[in-house]
Amino acid sequence: MTLIFPEAPLVEADGLHTWFELRQWGFLRVGAVRAVDDVSFTLARGEAVAFVGESGCGKSSLVRTLLGLHRPTLGEVRFEGVSLAGLKGAALKAYRARVGYVQQDPFGALPPFLDVRRILAEPLKVHGVKDRAERERRIRAALEEVRLTPVEEVLGKFPHMLSGGQQQRVVIARALILEPALVIADEPVSMLDASVRVEILELLRNIQHRRGLTLAFVTHDLATVRHYAERIFVLYAGKVVESAPVEDLLDAPQHPYTRALLAALSDPDAANATRLREVPGGEPPSLIDPPAGCRFHPRCSRAMEGLCDREVPPDFTPRPGHSAACWLHL
Amino acid sequence: MADTLLKVEDLALHYRTRGGAVRAVDGVSFDVKRGEALVILGESGCGKSSLARALMRLLPRNLAHHGGRVRMGDTPISELSDERFRREVQWSRMALVMQASMNALNPVVKVGEQVAEPLRELKRWPRRRALERAAEVFQRVGLPLDFMARYPFELSGGMRQRAVLAMALVAEPELVILDEPTSALDVLTQAAIMNVLKELKRDLGTSFILITHDVATSSELADRVALMYAGELVEACSAARFFGEPAHPYSRLLMKSVPRLHERERPRAILGQPPSLLDPPTGCRFAARCPERFARCEASPPAFVPEGGTGEGAAESRHRVRCWLHAPSRGGEHG
Amino acid sequence: MSAVTQRRAWRELARYPSALVGMTIILLLIGVAITTMVAIPYGEALERWRGGEMWQRYPVNASPAWMDRLSGGNAARTLVVASRDAEIEEAAFPGGRRLRIPLEFDYAYGGFPSEINLFLNAEGHARTPFVRLLWQAPDGREIPLGGYRIGRQERISLSQDRGLERRLGGLAPHIGLLADHTGQGEQSVTPAAPEVLEGRYRLLLDAVLFDEQAGLEAELVLYGRVHGVAGTDHQRRDLSLALLWGTPVALAFGLIAAVGTTLTTLVIAAVGVWYRGWVDAVIQRLTEVNMILPVLPILVMVGTLYSTSIWLMLGVVVLLGIFSAGIKTYRAMLMPIREAPYIEAALAYGASDLRIVWRYMLPRILPVLIPTFVTLIPTFVFLEASLAVLGLGDPELPTWGKVLNDAQSQSALYNGYVYWVVAPAILLMLTGLGFAMLGFALDRVFNPRLRSL
Repeated sequence: MTLIFPEAPLVEADGLHTWFELRQWGFLRVGAVRAVDDVSFTLARGEAVAFVGESGCGKSSLVRTLLGLHRPTLGEVRFEGVSLAGLKGAALKAYRARVGYVQQDPFGALPPFLDVRRILAEPLKVHGVKDRAERERRIRAALEEVRLTPVEEVLGKFPHMLSGGQQQRVVIARALILEPALVIADEPVSMLDASVRVEILELLRNIQHRRGLTLAFVTHDLATVRHYAERIFVLYAGKVVESAPVEDLLDAPQHPYTRALLAALSDPDAANATRLREVPGGEPPSLIDPPAGCRFHPRCSRAMEGLCDREVPPDFTPRPGHSAACWLHL
Repeated sequence: MADTLLKVEDLALHYRTRGGAVRAVDGVSFDVKRGEALVILGESGCGKSSLARALMRLLPRNLAHHGGRVRMGDTPISELSDERFRREVQWSRMALVMQASMNALNPVVKVGEQVAEPLRELKRWPRRRALERAAEVFQRVGLPLDFMARYPFELSGGMRQRAVLAMALVAEPELVILDEPTSALDVLTQAAIMNVLKELKRDLGTSFILITHDVATSSELADRVALMYAGELVEACSAARFFGEPAHPYSRLLMKSVPRLHERERPRAILGQPPSLLDPPTGCRFAARCPERFARCEASPPAFVPEGGTGEGAAESRHRVRCWLHAPSRGGEHG
Repeated sequence: MSAVTQRRAWRELARYPSALVGMTIILLLIGVAITTMVAIPYGEALERWRGGEMWQRYPVNASPAWMDRLSGGNAARTLVVASRDAEIEEAAFPGGRRLRIPLEFDYAYGGFPSEINLFLNAEGHARTPFVRLLWQAPDGREIPLGGYRIGRQERISLSQDRGLERRLGGLAPHIGLLADHTGQGEQSVTPAAPEVLEGRYRLLLDAVLFDEQAGLEAELVLYGRVHGVAGTDHQRRDLSLALLWGTPVALAFGLIAAVGTTLTTLVIAAVGVWYRGWVDAVIQRLTEVNMILPVLPILVMVGTLYSTSIWLMLGVVVLLGIFSAGIKTYRAMLMPIREAPYIEAALAYGASDLRIVWRYMLPRILPVLIPTFVTLIPTFVFLEASLAVLGLGDPELPTWGKVLNDAQSQSALYNGYVYWVVAPAILLMLTGLGFAMLGFALDRVFNPRLRSL
């Protein structure tokens, strides 16, 4: 990445590959799903970034790799300069306390048989907070922070008694309760109602500012990103195809895929109804057997024969701080 | 009005639960003209899917009340017996694409056969003829013909959604009801499906009722928008008016809460939560969240009346609002 | 599961009458089981079930008393007339004594006894005493029953006395001695349908003892046709012993087998689901192989070739149950739970494997597990009974299945001993019914999807 931050970055991903081997009968290798394929980036302390992509682009695998739930096949993730690959036992557990995780489906993310108090107590218990009063204090503080008030009423409730927005607040409280330095939010609002989405995004943004957290959003919806992140990474078929500061990317997209995404989206307007949109044909490629060269070339209207279908495009920098993996910028 | 295709008055659907009757659809009236697309917009739990079920008579077992008058063209379809409704209206005049129905395709029957099914089942068409018609619709919705011989699992989500759409269109209905047709799909696929719908509307003159919670999606097809809140319609007007300058405070707040790609203004959340449909408030159902409420709002429920008071042409106006701010006379009780 | 949900589950459960009935039945059975184990200790129960001496004052194949009562009959019950209650006349003569023991009793039953025995006990005599018996009927008839030399303990089976039978006109002595002979000579031909002559009978024992001190004890037993609550079997054993002791045995067998198979199956399924890969593959293949192994024939084989001890059988049942079809069910239930986002969340905040399986996965399948477990118990109770009926019951323990097995081998139904089959069958059905009713209700409480709206 070309952005330079004065401090050492919080997270560095270096040539990350997360492949899943396909096996027959549990042992015979027959191929691999290349969910994350050579992805590099750095996340500075206190910044919010968004990873944008369609389903099957490898977002979730990237998230799980960052969380340390998958070991990368190649490359490494460094957190505060320490590689995750070497972490085991207590060190790995300590890392998990430093990373909070907010999931897509708030109802599924909460065990349905525990009430809010127990749900929030779990991470504390796992990390050895034995004092009951101390746990209670931190649980209440976390609920205050996500504005689930009155706290007293919420503590004894089970997830199904809460609305979607409230459930997601509990999920956020759980992600924050161990005081992480990095929060990863995987599609945090896609299952929520339009009117609630903004609330949750605002909440995350405020907490991020207040605590000086690093926030990594994963989303498929470019429209929600503008006010809630500083940088965007656009993923396509396991690779980062474009990355830039938010305004820059939304106003001047450089990669044909990003352009297609933006062209498919609309702000509400009555004129939309009479306008056919330009949509690239075809579907995202299989991650088992992705196309050679640029992975977008079969759907790209500007693909150059002999180049795009042969050579994997490197990251070009058409504008300062803005990189795009596309031969058009050669 | 001669060109009115569907006229719905006082449609109601209540469910029986342990807590009492849930008034999911509570006296909803609207009309749809031929070739028009009406979007029914609303948050989850506002009753918009129940509205589709009430129209299509897909009634649940815990039904407490189903009522209202529905006319389609000259036919009072709410008067028809269930058997006649099934034979004469379902599929052939009015088809429903249910939410997530793309995942409800029969996994062991070829897609082409499933699309042809309504014709063979309801119209008793021979297989060959039904499949020929299915092939026509396949082309209409942009599915390659060789997909007819495939099984649902061999198709991507977008392709399955097209197949479900083809099935709805196969008997040439005058009205297609779509319940969240794109909410589970990716951005590009969504746009492609919306393109198909636009083409169908343009080329075939099919009327649509699109049910969605997504404001941006709704603008992709809408001629008119009806906004639903807590079982009732709160505003119905032209798309231009709704996306430009809606009248109801809820509509205005909703428009402000939509994150936009190309605007610097931050979206703002609507605070509070919708009321329980078990025991809706006596006054305006939005009053508790409304920044413009005044004493009357909580006291008595506003009626769904033409916007702009009792002035000239108000009676014919198709812009209706359920709000005391827009009542013909803010002093009187009669609206 | 938390206390709150538990309390809610109880309250829910109380709304189902079938649950209440089921629980009542189960509690009753448990109550019976505990009382039985306290009242008749295990060792004593085995000892008594072995049969022999202690049952000799019990009738053979007597039906339960209440059955007779219900049909309005007045069948004979067992009468024991003992010499210690009698007024004994004693006269000494040189070198010995002469005793006259009158064993008197009132006979008022509508039917004849099933058998008459006289037990004599002459402990500590240097020379064998001699006894002469005289039967005195209320109508004044006197029937000499002959004389006997008495060993230490003597059982004189009057019913078996063929000579006496001949003298009574071909009537079995226990009928003939008590029959009404009015209008007929003493040696008359057999009455077509002998009737009981009610009144006071007396068996006069004239004993000659050749000892100064030692006494003579006599007991006349007129065995009834009915006995107790449950009747008796062909070995004079009171069936209530087996029916009572069958309860704890059945419950214990059912419970232990159900717990054993459910727990092991569950843990193994969870391990497979958690670790996936080859671990899961191996478990699945083992299960599939085990599923085609026929349980009953294997048990029959073990029983025939090795031992029919109930505890061994229990072990084999649990062993065969470990890799049973339950693994497939639990696996299917655990799979989606393993993929649940909240499991991923727990992994992300560093919960250990054990914690996740124990705290997050198992509570989710408890709702399915508990009803299945409850309905599983009676199937094992039935399995034990089936084994016993097949002759592979525990040779020592009194169980319901054992009773059925005895009944079958004695052709109980052919001989009209209906109670012998009905009582254990009812108990088995009651057990099945109780657990099934509770299980189905639990299923509805825990799986709201089954509940109709």
